[in-house]
Amino acid sequence: MKNSEPDDVLGAHSRRTFLKSLGTAAVTAATAQVRSVAAELEKVNAEKILGPGPVPVTLRVNGQALSLNLEPRVTLLDALRNYSSLTGAKEGCDRAACGACTVLLDGQPIYSCQKLALEAQGHDITTVEGLAQDGKLTKVQQAFIAHDALQCGYCTPGFIMSVTALLKWNPRPTAEEIKHACAGNLCRCGTQPHILQAALEAAGVKVQSKTEVLHA
Amino acid sequence: MPSWPTETRYLSHPVPRVDAAAKVTGQARYSSDIQAEGWLYGMILRSKWPAAKILSINLEPALKIPGIRAAVKVREGEFTVRFYGEELAAVAGTTKQACLDALHAIEVQAEPRHEFVVHEDDAKKDDAPQVWDGVPNVSRPRTTERGNVDAAFGECAAVIEGFYTTPVQIHHPMETHGHTIFWTDDGLTAWSSTQGISSVRDSLAGALGLEHSRVRVITDFMGGGFGAKFNCGVEGILAAKLSRAAKAPVRLMLTRFEQALAVGNRPSSFQKIKMGATADGTLHAFEGENYGTAGIGAGAATAGGGGGADIPMPYLYRVPNVRVKQWEVAINAGSARAFRAPGNPPASFGMECAMDDLAVKLGMDPLEFRLKNDPVDIRRREFQIGAEKFGWKEKYRKPGTSPGPVKIGVGCAGAAWPAGGPSRNTHGEAQINPDGSVEFRLGVQDIGTGTKTVIAVVAAELLGLKPEQITVHVGDTNFPPGPGSGGSTTCASVSPTVYDLCQKALQQLQTQTGVADARGENWFAACKKLGVTPLVVHGNWIEGLSTRPAYGVQFAEVAVDTETGLVTVRKVVAVHDCGLIIDTLTLESQINGGIIMGMGYALYEERVMDDLSGVVLNPNFETYKLPGIADVPDIEIVLLNMPERGVIGIGEPATVPTAGAIANAVANALGVRVGSLPITPAKVLAALGKVPAPAASPT
Repeated sequence: MKNSEPDDVLGAHSRRTFLKSLGTAAVTAATAQVRSVAAELEKVNAEKILGPGPVPVTLRVNGQALSLNLEPRVTLLDALRNYSSLTGAKEGCDRAACGACTVLLDGQPIYSCQKLALEAQGHDITTVEGLAQDGKLTKVQQAFIAHDALQCGYCTPGFIMSVTALLKWNPRPTAEEIKHACAGNLCRCGTQPHILQAALEAAGVKVQSKTEVLHA
Repeated sequence: MPSWPTETRYLSHPVPRVDAAAKVTGQARYSSDIQAEGWLYGMILRSKWPAAKILSINLEPALKIPGIRAAVKVREGEFTVRFYGEELAAVAGTTKQACLDALHAIEVQAEPRHEFVVHEDDAKKDDAPQVWDGVPNVSRPRTTERGNVDAAFGECAAVIEGFYTTPVQIHHPMETHGHTIFWTDDGLTAWSSTQGISSVRDSLAGALGLEHSRVRVITDFMGGGFGAKFNCGVEGILAAKLSRAAKAPVRLMLTRFEQALAVGNRPSSFQKIKMGATADGTLHAFEGENYGTAGIGAGAATAGGGGGADIPMPYLYRVPNVRVKQWEVAINAGSARAFRAPGNPPASFGMECAMDDLAVKLGMDPLEFRLKNDPVDIRRREFQIGAEKFGWKEKYRKPGTSPGPVKIGVGCAGAAWPAGGPSRNTHGEAQINPDGSVEFRLGVQDIGTGTKTVIAVVAAELLGLKPEQITVHVGDTNFPPGPGSGGSTTCASVSPTVYDLCQKALQQLQTQTGVADARGENWFAACKKLGVTPLVVHGNWIEGLSTRPAYGVQFAEVAVDTETGLVTVRKVVAVHDCGLIIDTLTLESQINGGIIMGMGYALYEERVMDDLSGVVLNPNFETYKLPGIADVPDIEIVLLNMPERGVIGIGEPATVPTAGAIANAVANALGVRVGSLPITPAKVLAALGKVPAPAASPT
C-alpha cells in the first residue's frame, strides 16, 4: 500500500482507525475486494459504455428467454411490466418500500423496482406468473385462495413471492418467521391476518378461523 | 314480499372469492396493467410552488424530446395554483424515461406567491395568507344546539374538558390513481382504476364535452380506493387529451409521490370537548367545538360528506343538552375526499376518549358507562358480547395501575354507519345459456371487497348451483348501470338485484320450458329446452331484502413501553352486525382490514407538511408508515348474523371504532391521556413528562 490514501484527515473516526479496529485479515480481504471490484469496473467501463440509448438485454424469466431492447436505466420491474406482458409484479411505490414488485432472483426475493434490467441478466428470474405448473397452482397459491389472503389483490403477487421464497429454504417456518419474511410487503386492504394463516397452512400447519358467528 | 332463504348452502357460509385464482397467478389485469395496442406513457408536470400565478407554459421543448408524442396544458392562459403538486401540464411518450426528460424540459413562467399556509392553526390567524383570494380561510361556523347546555353543566356531578386531535390521513391504495384512455372519433374508452365506473364516465364526458353514450369505462380489477377514486380526476382528463393529441392509447398512472399530494385525504380534526354526567353516570351535557382542514377543498361549497371537515358530534351516545360549533380551515394542500366512513373515525376517537375520561372522573367502569348511555339495543348487546369474549372484567384495572415499565391497558369504542343501505338505482341482466352456463352482468365494480363473489354466492344459492358455475361480469359501463362503491352500499345494492334477476330467470325458464322448478338438479335439463336461444332477463334492486344502518364495537389491549414510548397492540376483539351475512370469509377480510386501517390511523399515519416549502414531507411509504404484518395484533371477530334485517354493507363501520379503542387502551395503561393521533412514541413520552411536548402537536 502506498501513501495515497486520504485516511488521516477525518478526525478520530478516520478510515484508518476504523480499519485498525478490525482484524488484519479482514482488512486485507476487504481492501482487496474493494480494489478488485474497482479494477473490474474500470476494465468494463473502458471496454463499453452502455446507453443512453436502448441496448439489447436478455432476461431469463420463468425459464424462458426474454430478449428486449432497453435503455440501461430501465428497471427490471419496468422491463417485465411494460416491455413484456408479465404484469403480475406490481408497482406500488417504485421506492423499495412496499414489496408489490417482489420477484425471485435465483430463488431470492428482491424488489424488482430497485434492480436494473441490465443487472438481472444471467440470473433466473421467477415472477408470480411462473409459479403454477401446467395450470396447477402451488400450495402457497391454493392456501391464499382458501384463506382469502387477498382483497383488492394488488399486493398479492409480492406476498406470494415472499412466502414462496421463505418456504423453499424453511419449509416449516414459525408465525414469527413468516412475519419476518413478509416484513417488506405492504397491504392497504389489511389482509395480513389471512396472509399469515395462508402461509402457515402452506407450511403444513392446520389453521382455524377464530371468527364466531352468532345467530341473532 | 321477497325474503332470503333460511336453509342455505352458500349464503352466510365461507366461500372463497371467485376471482382469487386470477389474483394469485398474476393473470388479473388491473387498470395499470392494460397494454392497449400502441400505448404511450403519460406523466403529469406538477406545481413546485404551494401558491403561484402561472403566467405561461411552453410545451415546445418537451415535444422535441425523442419519443414524445403529445403534450397538453391543464388550461390555457394565466391561472392560479394553490398547493404544491397541483397539475400544470402532461406529456405522452413511448417510454417512461422520455416522459421524465420531457417533464424537465417544459418551461413554466410563474409568479410564486411567497405567502402560503399549510397548518390549520396558522391558517386561522387573522393575518394569515389567504388560500382563496377574497375568501377567508376559516368558514362560517355551523352550530347546532338543543336543550339548555349552560344550565345542564351546573347539574352535572362530573365534567371533563378535553382536546382531541386527529391528523390528515392519506388513502394510499396500493394501486395508484390513473387510467389508460383511448379517444378516437368513435368515442372514448377508459380502463380506469376507479370505485365508480359510471361516475368516471359521467365526469369524463362532462369535462370533454362528449355524450355519455360515447364514453365507455372498464374496470376489470382495481387496486383499492377507500373513497378517493370516484371521478376521472384531472389525471383522467389529461390522459384523454393526450390520447386525442397523440392518436394513441395513453396510460397515465400516478406515482406514489403524486398520490400523497393531489388525490384526496381524510380531513384533520381539532376537537374541544366539554362533557358532563350526573352522579348515576347519565350523560347530561355536551359542548363541542371542532375545526379541521380539507386542504384547498375546505369551504362552504364542499361542506359535509367527503369534501368537508365536519364530524358527527356528539357521536353515538345519548346526551340531552348539546351545543356544537364546527368550521373548516383552508390550507395550501391537496383537497380532501371521501375516506372510509367520512367523519366517523375522528368523531369516534374524540367522543370515545371523552367517554373514558369522564368515566374515570366519575369513578365508573368505562364499559358500564357506555352501556348506560348507548341508545342502540344492538350495540349494547355487542358491547356485552365483546366484553365477555375479550375478558373485560378480568382485564380492566384502574388507569395507570399496570405494574412495571411495560404497561398493559384495555379500551373499547363503538361505531355506527348510518349509510350502508342500498342504492335503488341498481340494474343488471342475467343470461342463461342452453348449455346451462350462467352469466350475470352488472355495471358495478369490485374494488377488492368481493362484489363479484357476492353476486356469485347469491345467484348460486337462489338457482341451486355452485358459485363457480356463475360467470360474473362487472366493471363495464356497457352493462346496466349500478352505484359507485362507496358508503358500504354495494353489497346491499347488488344482492337484491341478483335476487330479482334469479326470480325472473326462474319464472321465465318455467314459462318457456315447462319445467316447474328449474333449480338444482333440474337445471341443465331445463336450460337444454331453451333450444338455441339464450334466455336474457333484466332486473333491478327490489325492496325488502336490504336495510341500514350497521353498528359495531371493538375492544383493544395494548402494551405501552414507558421507557421508549412504543405502543404495541396485542389484541382486538371486534363485534359487528351487518344484517344477513353473504360470505363469512370475505366479510372477515373486510373487518380485519377496517381494524388494521384504524390501527394505522391510531398509531402511525399522518401527512406531514413543511412550513417553509409547502411540500408533503412524507409522500412515500418509507416515511408514511402503514401497519405491517408484524404490527398486526391478534384479531378475534364475532359476527351477528341477522337475516331478518336483510343485507347491509360492512366496509366502513369496521374501521370506525379502532382508533378510539386503542387510544383508550393507551390511556388506561398510562394513567394519562394522549389526546392526539397518531400516538407516536414521542407523544407517549411527552404525556409521561419524560420529554417536552412536540411543537404544534398538542397532546
